[in-house]
Amino acid sequence: MKDTPVKALVEVDHLWRRFDVSKPWLNRLIEGAPRQTLTAVADVSFEIIRRETFALVGESGSGKSTVAKIIVGLIAPSAGDVRIDGISMSDPAAAAQRAQLRRRIQMIFQDPFASLNPRWRVARVVAEPLRAFGLMTEQQAIEVRVAELLTLVGLSPEDAVKYPHEFSGGQRQRVAIARALAANPEFIVCDEPTSALDVSVQAQILNLMRDLQDQLGLTYLFISHNLAVVRHMASRIGVLYLGRLVEIATPDELFGNPQHPYTRLLLDAVPDLEMTGRVRAAVEGEIPNPISPPSGCAFHPRCPLAFERCRSERPELAAAGGRMVACHAVAADAR
Amino acid sequence: MTAPLLSVRNLRVEFPNRRARLVAIDDVSFEIGRGEILGLVGESGAGKSVTGAAIMGLLEPPGHMTGGEIRLDGTRIDTMPIDQLRRIRGKRIGMVFQDPLTSLNPVYRIGAQITETMRVHANISEADARARAIALLAEVGIPAPENRIDAYPHELSGGMRQRVVLALVLCTEPELIIADEPTTALDVSVQAQIIALIKALARNRGTSVMLITHDMGVIAEVADRVAVMYAGRIAEIGPVRDVLKAPQHPYARGLMGAIPSLAKKAAGHDGRLTLIPGNMPRLSAIPEGCAFNPRCGEAIDRCRAERPSLLPAATSHVACWRVTS
Repeated sequence: MKDTPVKALVEVDHLWRRFDVSKPWLNRLIEGAPRQTLTAVADVSFEIIRRETFALVGESGSGKSTVAKIIVGLIAPSAGDVRIDGISMSDPAAAAQRAQLRRRIQMIFQDPFASLNPRWRVARVVAEPLRAFGLMTEQQAIEVRVAELLTLVGLSPEDAVKYPHEFSGGQRQRVAIARALAANPEFIVCDEPTSALDVSVQAQILNLMRDLQDQLGLTYLFISHNLAVVRHMASRIGVLYLGRLVEIATPDELFGNPQHPYTRLLLDAVPDLEMTGRVRAAVEGEIPNPISPPSGCAFHPRCPLAFERCRSERPELAAAGGRMVACHAVAADAR
Repeated sequence: MTAPLLSVRNLRVEFPNRRARLVAIDDVSFEIGRGEILGLVGESGAGKSVTGAAIMGLLEPPGHMTGGEIRLDGTRIDTMPIDQLRRIRGKRIGMVFQDPLTSLNPVYRIGAQITETMRVHANISEADARARAIALLAEVGIPAPENRIDAYPHELSGGMRQRVVLALVLCTEPELIIADEPTTALDVSVQAQIIALIKALARNRGTSVMLITHDMGVIAEVADRVAVMYAGRIAEIGPVRDVLKAPQHPYARGLMGAIPSLAKKAAGHDGRLTLIPGNMPRLSAIPEGCAFNPRCGEAIDRCRAERPSLLPAATSHVACWRVTS
């Protein structure tokens, strides 16, 4: 994707994030326990092009949410950088430009029960970005804008005077989306936006998000563990395993012909709604402890294709037939 | 067909509050045969878990049964005195909950929890119980069970804990297992392992399973028959293939259309998911007649006035006037 003429809106460049999970200092002193670090995100690079939906999938502990939080600037990377519209999210010299950039990035969280202040009326929740960025000061104008936003997400302007507890889960997620849209952002990071919702409500929210993307020209980073939802939403998909990207491909490529053995395992593990009666390969093992990941390719202990090189040398993400795959076996096959 | 293992007839569960009596389960009837896996699906608030709790006699007050009967192997268990019910609960009916960490006692080793359960329900020695516990842990796929038996729950991963819970349920050799969202808290690759395990156990031991879940994919993989619940009632019940592939009740059809598919990109036209208009009714405001009628595109006058009975339609039973009349 490096040589696309379209300039990417978001560039994630060799991103690392390590967390210190050592025991307290006194325990280390007495028990002689060593310092321990957990590498949540390891050398992750990808680009998101304007108006596309880039999805990150992976199981728990794969680093999906950490990547999302680094991109919006909620946590700092240990190494590497994120550039949005060319502006670095960590470079101190770009602080002034970054303040301008903030308005253009918003986030939608998983749990609409936790992400809305229960003591605030919906009008205040939705208007918060307008006030925080100083976009509007006049009460009259704010009220008009809030009514407009609530209508946009399929709620009624009269809902503005209600409290979050008066809404169902799906309606609350609509409020969260209205808040995210308040400051006219270009880029929205959606961290498991429908995981807490029932399927019929999930369908409503997914359709709404697609309509809003078409209407407002939004760019999404879509984080989910649900492969079917990702297939429905994404224009490109990155698969994470233990903090590393193992494959980047379009939905048709990824689901039609998965290359990386982990992607294949993941797709094979999804319950088969179509009931084709296919025989699934037995899935072995679980995600290893990220504090002490396996040497070489992190997936090699569970991989049916693993050979000697996989145990010693970490595969790099490399182009393989229009997509990116990090696997020695796949690379050897292509040659 | 021989007599069913579990038979639920006209079950009604109410939760009275200050203002009204909320009907969580309204006239629900179904049966589970020996060795059969029945899936119970529906969205939040449809009454899936309450049905499971009613069978176990574990309804949270103020909720209580106000009608119907529950029979296990022909014997009524809903009216049974508590001391008799205790001998059935855990022994003849086992229960698996969503979160394995909260169903295990964190301060006891897993082996102690399994042997204790066995010795409550059967007269066997400590050593025999331990040997059987190791065999059970091996059966549910725990590697090195002779070492793991002395582990505490926090030392195991989520998937391993759910296996321990299954071993704990199986140790009394129950005839029926009620599994309430057993894989919802697990990652997909682990979920697939647990699903395969439940299926194998039911097949090998002839255990009946009532599987409560909101995940249609899990149902498609495991269940023999499926009941789709809506607002405390069964909308459609039948063989899993027929209900999932060709649902007849408008709600079941809408629900299937709302699920994004792995196999194909677009479910509806221009890549949009089909939607069921409106929201689930609150328990305090369940509509007259068919509970689904305000959201149903095909509702006729009769649907608004008269509640449809669950009647045979093709291979299934459907509660819909448009389908059954």
